[in-house]
Amino acid sequence: MRIQTPLARVRHLGSAKEGADHWWWQRLTALMLVPLSLWFVASIWWIIVGGASYEAFQDWLSGPVAAILMLLFIGMMFYHLKLGLQVVIEDYVHNKLFKWTFLVVLNLGCLIGAVAALYSTVAVALGG
Amino acid sequence: MALRDRPLSPHLQVYRPQLTSVLSIFHRLTGVFLASGAAMLVCWLLTAAAGPEYYAWSEWFLTSWLGYALLAAWSYCLFYHLCNGIRHLFWDIGIGFSLKATYASGVLTVLASLGLTGLSWGLGLLFYFTR
Repeated sequence: MRIQTPLARVRHLGSAKEGADHWWWQRLTALMLVPLSLWFVASIWWIIVGGASYEAFQDWLSGPVAAILMLLFIGMMFYHLKLGLQVVIEDYVHNKLFKWTFLVVLNLGCLIGAVAALYSTVAVALGG
Repeated sequence: MALRDRPLSPHLQVYRPQLTSVLSIFHRLTGVFLASGAAMLVCWLLTAAAGPEYYAWSEWFLTSWLGYALLAAWSYCLFYHLCNGIRHLFWDIGIGFSLKATYASGVLTVLASLGLTGLSWGLGLLFYFTR
């Protein structure tokens, strides 16, 4: 005989009540990334393909517009990446242990990547 | 799990590929592939923060033939994901659900992503030859 109440038996088996938030932030970050990624590609082409020197690159990233846009791009992009890959993992990885492991690696990876990129941007912008 | 042996509902392999389904799968694939571009972005910025001598490594890699091939693939995937993402945003507000509209926006997505990639590389070449 189980001594759990019916409520205790169904708890944590249903919706985690985060679905709407996930959906909404995926759209919000997508919307922000439309102008940001166009700016990002143009900038990368100018620096990498155009062969800007390290000094020219640092000079560019020291400007408030470029620095702020780069920080925003990194934040939005990594959050969007986390939300997107999370769904891919949840859709295709059914083994509980693997799923848990992949989700933890994804979440920590995105956090570490974002922090490293944000720190680096500030370091270059404020003079290396 | 006992679920394993139960019959499964038909999945991707039983359907004839259609523009709509292929573009949907491609949206996912480009999204996953773009994650590697995010990793490159982190490496690029880290070497920049470490100083000119380390930044030279990133520069060397990105302007090698492999670097250019990756940049080409990342740029096309980014523009595709961007265009198809805008298509999704229109669907989210309830626009373009008819069969005709989904095919038209699908063709437009493919053409726009190719056009934007071409345009961006034209811009890149302009920067390259005017440096």
